[in-house]
Amino acid sequence: MSEKRVTFSKSGIAWLLVAPQLIITLLFFIWPASQALYQSLWQEDAFGINREFVGFDNFLKLFADPSYQHSFVVTIVFSAAVAGISMGFALLLACKTDKLMRGNQTYKTFLLWPYAIAPAVAGALWWFMFNPTIGLLAYAARGLGYDWNHFLNGEDALILVIIASAWKQISYNFLFFLAGLQSIPKSLIEAAAIDGASSNKRFWTIIFPLLSPTTFFLIVVNCVYAFFDTFAVIHSTTRGGPSQATQTLIYKVYKDGVEGNDWSGAGAQSVVLMIIVCLLTIIQFRFIERRVHY
Amino acid sequence: MVENRPLSRYIAHMILILGVLIIFLPIWLAFVASTHSADRLVNEQMPFWLGSHLLENYSAVLDEGMKKAGGVPVRIMMVNSLIMALAIAIGKIFISFLSAFAIVYFRFPFRRTIFWMIFVTLMLPVEVRILPTFEIVANLGMLNSYGGLIIPLIASATATFLFRQFFLTVPDELLEAARMDGAGPMRFLKDILLPLSRTSIAALFVIQFIYGWNQFLWPLLVTSDQSLYTIVMGIRSMITVGDSEPAWHLIMATSILAMLPPVVVVMVMQRQFIKGLVETEK
Repeated sequence: MSEKRVTFSKSGIAWLLVAPQLIITLLFFIWPASQALYQSLWQEDAFGINREFVGFDNFLKLFADPSYQHSFVVTIVFSAAVAGISMGFALLLACKTDKLMRGNQTYKTFLLWPYAIAPAVAGALWWFMFNPTIGLLAYAARGLGYDWNHFLNGEDALILVIIASAWKQISYNFLFFLAGLQSIPKSLIEAAAIDGASSNKRFWTIIFPLLSPTTFFLIVVNCVYAFFDTFAVIHSTTRGGPSQATQTLIYKVYKDGVEGNDWSGAGAQSVVLMIIVCLLTIIQFRFIERRVHY
Repeated sequence: MVENRPLSRYIAHMILILGVLIIFLPIWLAFVASTHSADRLVNEQMPFWLGSHLLENYSAVLDEGMKKAGGVPVRIMMVNSLIMALAIAIGKIFISFLSAFAIVYFRFPFRRTIFWMIFVTLMLPVEVRILPTFEIVANLGMLNSYGGLIIPLIASATATFLFRQFFLTVPDELLEAARMDGAGPMRFLKDILLPLSRTSIAALFVIQFIYGWNQFLWPLLVTSDQSLYTIVMGIRSMITVGDSEPAWHLIMATSILAMLPPVVVVMVMQRQFIKGLVETEK
């Protein structure tokens, strides 16, 4: 942790300054998180009157539960697809924008829009376009001989939430890829061009490797996004259905805890999610430290 | 010099235009749908061009909302969203600025502990701790109030880090000079640090305003009182009304209204936003 050489000495004021943030952090972050940890080790009856200490039983039960395992698989497929589609598309657009001297500001302005749009609204827009009776894309799919129906077909529903979530994340990925591309020294690329490397070869042997810190950072960010922020996309559209086809881990916490009132089970699920975020955050920070010596 | 053939430039333009079209398709169709009547949308092929019911639809949702979904006027939802987004953005900037100042410019016991405690909150998105946080807010009697909507979301590790990072780059000589002239910590904060932080504050404002405006799960849990509904969560209740075909023209009008303020903020403050986003997260 870097430090200032010169500082003020009155520590009373410092406490006052830090107090608002500290109180909110303790009250709404640290305390609830430790509550979740604590609750996950107890079993409460349906009325919340009796409870007994059960250790890791809740976790064992959780991992043995087929519907939880199913959620895990759905989440992994969902996150990989969202990150892959969104980053691939964003990288393509960023490369083309970087290439153009003129006009790239205009494209940038347009490509920013989805960032500002709420995940719940993004869900609503795609829900409308894919609506089996009136939606344009469902109509197009029928034209191609595919009978689209996300109300009945789990795969269709999953594809819908993947597309809506990936669409919303494109702006973010685009901005970071563009910043990454612009920080690559032009002299490297020129040198390769003089040596006769084609633009395709230049991309895979120079640009893509040099972009890897950005790519790696974005993979982590996109995973966190797909794990948590997409709750709103799912809740405003498929609501986990049909028959749990789009029930990601975060959606299951909500469903079991808020709608099903199973607090200890949901508590254990929250703890699993916290561990996942912790791991992702640690990976991200370790990698940032390494990048300093890159 | 890298070759710069017109053909490859054309291809780049084509790909970008196609990309922009794909990105704008859902927004355009939503806008188109919001200008047609319900009958037109349900009975014929989805139109590509604007209809004649723009004013009718928008004034209907703004003044009356959707009757089947409880009939909360979208006007009220937008005011709630605005209050929430502004309070979260300003509140976050305010408390993060103060705490970063304390952490950088003072030596006091447990300073590091506090720093790490704030750091840990990065790992706890609302979605992960919904249930226990909800319990606390309920126990504090903050359900169905602006306080309950806003305060639990106001602590921000990101903003604290950004300010800390920035303060560390401010030359020590400024502080020495200020002290020489007899300025206390608050004077230094107000007259030197605050004006220097203008750019960071603007960038954070955009990011946090959007964060606040787009909140979904938290308002959904904390408010059951319709007069506190925010627009982003209001849309959901419009989509899921019974078995009947939803009133798409009204839902899409509401969606357009829900994206308008954050889009305007991003467009107007584009430069600060991009700079802030890329720098905060790195």
